[in-house]
Amino acid sequence: MEVLKIATAGSVDDGKSTLIGRILYDTKSLTTDKLEAIEKTSKQRGYDYLDFSLATDGLVAEREQGITIDVAHIYFSTKKKSYIIADTPGHVEYTRNMVTGASTSQASIILIDARKGVIEQTNRHFFINNLLRIKDVVVAINKMDLVDYSEDVYNKIKADFSELMKKRDYQDQKISFIPVSALKGDNVVNKSDAMPWYKGEALLEHLEQLDKADIFNVGTPRFPVQYVIRPKTEDYHDFRGYAGKVYGGDLSVGDDIIVLPSKTRSKIKDIYFYDEKYETASRRSSVTITLENDINVSRGDMIVKENDLPTIDKQFTANVCWMDSEQLNPGGKYIVQHGINKVLAKVDRINHKINPDYSGFEKDVTGLGINDIASVTFKLNKPIFYDQFKNHRTNGSFILIDPQSNNTVGAGFIQ
Amino acid sequence: MNKDTSHINSLENEAIYIIREVAAQFEKPVLLFSGGKDSITLVRLAVKAFYPAKVPFPLMHIDTGHNFPETIEFRDRLVKELGLELIVRNVQDSIDQGKVKEESGRYASRNMLQTTTLLDALEEFKFDAAIGGARRDEEKARAKERIFSVRDDFGQWDEKNQRPELFDMLNGEIDHGQNVRVFPISNWTELDVWSYIERENIEIPSIYFAHKRKVFLRDGMIWSADDEVVYRDEHEEVIEEMVRFRTVGDMSCTAAVLSDAVSIDKVVEEIRDSSISERGARIDDKRSEAAMEKRKQQGYF
Repeated sequence: MEVLKIATAGSVDDGKSTLIGRILYDTKSLTTDKLEAIEKTSKQRGYDYLDFSLATDGLVAEREQGITIDVAHIYFSTKKKSYIIADTPGHVEYTRNMVTGASTSQASIILIDARKGVIEQTNRHFFINNLLRIKDVVVAINKMDLVDYSEDVYNKIKADFSELMKKRDYQDQKISFIPVSALKGDNVVNKSDAMPWYKGEALLEHLEQLDKADIFNVGTPRFPVQYVIRPKTEDYHDFRGYAGKVYGGDLSVGDDIIVLPSKTRSKIKDIYFYDEKYETASRRSSVTITLENDINVSRGDMIVKENDLPTIDKQFTANVCWMDSEQLNPGGKYIVQHGINKVLAKVDRINHKINPDYSGFEKDVTGLGINDIASVTFKLNKPIFYDQFKNHRTNGSFILIDPQSNNTVGAGFIQ
Repeated sequence: MNKDTSHINSLENEAIYIIREVAAQFEKPVLLFSGGKDSITLVRLAVKAFYPAKVPFPLMHIDTGHNFPETIEFRDRLVKELGLELIVRNVQDSIDQGKVKEESGRYASRNMLQTTTLLDALEEFKFDAAIGGARRDEEKARAKERIFSVRDDFGQWDEKNQRPELFDMLNGEIDHGQNVRVFPISNWTELDVWSYIERENIEIPSIYFAHKRKVFLRDGMIWSADDEVVYRDEHEEVIEEMVRFRTVGDMSCTAAVLSDAVSIDKVVEEIRDSSISERGARIDDKRSEAAMEKRKQQGYF
């Protein structure tokens, strides 16, 4: 069975939590006790329908304010797939949470309130999905029951959204439109009779049919060394294994490799997963490899195929999403964590800031505030081994850590 | 091969990656071990992560003194077989030292008291990272927990000020005195854990399987009457039933379920068809809608 991670984005009151609650309810993923809790609370509040948003809005503050403020992870499965939904807040102040949720997702759902249509927030949600190169985006036009299930409303929103699509950078992104009512359950899990004019799939049907191969970016193998395994026991006296996760492509026994940054050449001798040896380590597997030669490799080094080198440089430019309440300072020093590798970095310049409504750039920027997205050039105290984000999702991304507060203050996508 | 293979494999790969990051980023990590299926799964993952070297950190059990005897016997055997180091710290000691006060009455439990003993033990050994078996599917507040969850000097969880976690990147930078709680099986569901235990043929304590036990009923739940730990009113009648436990926490707050699942494949089948969530059998969560969130803010796991 496959796992599909989906991020959801929408504005306040678009009914995102209700949509997820509806999916859980219609796929019979809510257990009796959870359903009872929802029924009890809905009744207490005097609603004449079940408030499915109660299934996901976990924190006390959220229940008080009735909005989602953090990323919640929701799990359900069908016969075909296991799903993880990263339910992210819609408020503009929580853009950073949206970027976070989208960073681990393979598909995303953008919610639009049929009564309001495409609004400024929709621009931003779509922009983030495009910036993070999510391959499959579903635009769910919700609350169709409140616009009399009108085809005209649906077509108008679709046309407005298509205008946004013209400006996107990542043109290969697949975008589908589905008219739904999360509250009534139309076109969420089950096809609706209320909209005979809509010939497409219900939302879950669409997700069920996504092919894994279509969703992932596949690049070239990168193996950042996480941990050096030296048992120092009699049985494994000379064993020196390099533990890590394989990204982008497969590695096989006998592959000619180069260790960065030393640029030492060797060959892959063995690939271990626990006590078994394998011919190939596939993408995303956490293996331990040994090399033919006894060379010095330590944490933070990267093993790559000889004919497939990443860029090795002490400088790069990236789209940065700033996530901290304290501003990013031009000239400020931060830790760049690129995968598992940490280096000290200095902000060389902010090239331009991207307008929140995705309408263009702002030059002459002196700092970045929380939720700003901008192109920034960094200088590093030692080289890192990177790819462009568009070619390699993992090796082209990084986080920024404030050395004073230790907080993760930003995320970046290398251009 | 079972049909869940690729799904379970990806969860396993993710967990091993996280455990290795803990060993690499922290000076003194510890694995919190309760003897329950989630922490047994963690031990298995840790063994796999560092093979053929030994697990480079100890296990620690915060013993409420109210454990099922089967769990303790199992714990000691596992540690011995795998050659691991085990630290035990007792809630009873915290009570004797007057640091916490035993609850009384029919809903008395030592589950809350564990927090003090845990925080003291983390400080005693200067552990900077504590690996735990919490899963996001267990409870709503846990659904928002990070994989690396930073705690302040008081062990508190500031849920509104959590570090964003992007891609695979785990930021383990902390100040002196802070520590990080790490949850490598965050993304696993109860069924995933059981499927993994089945696939890996991992031994688990016998109380997870259906057995005959003296029990009594209260508030629609089944409680163990085999021992003196669970408070029972005179009128609460003791009966014998085929039951098993879905979690093996403190006996005083862990209810049993009726079951005839005597083997692992039957348990997996039962969970797959189950309509009551795992924590539905934990009375400590039913105290109020926000019970778990409140306990977490105070430093509970």
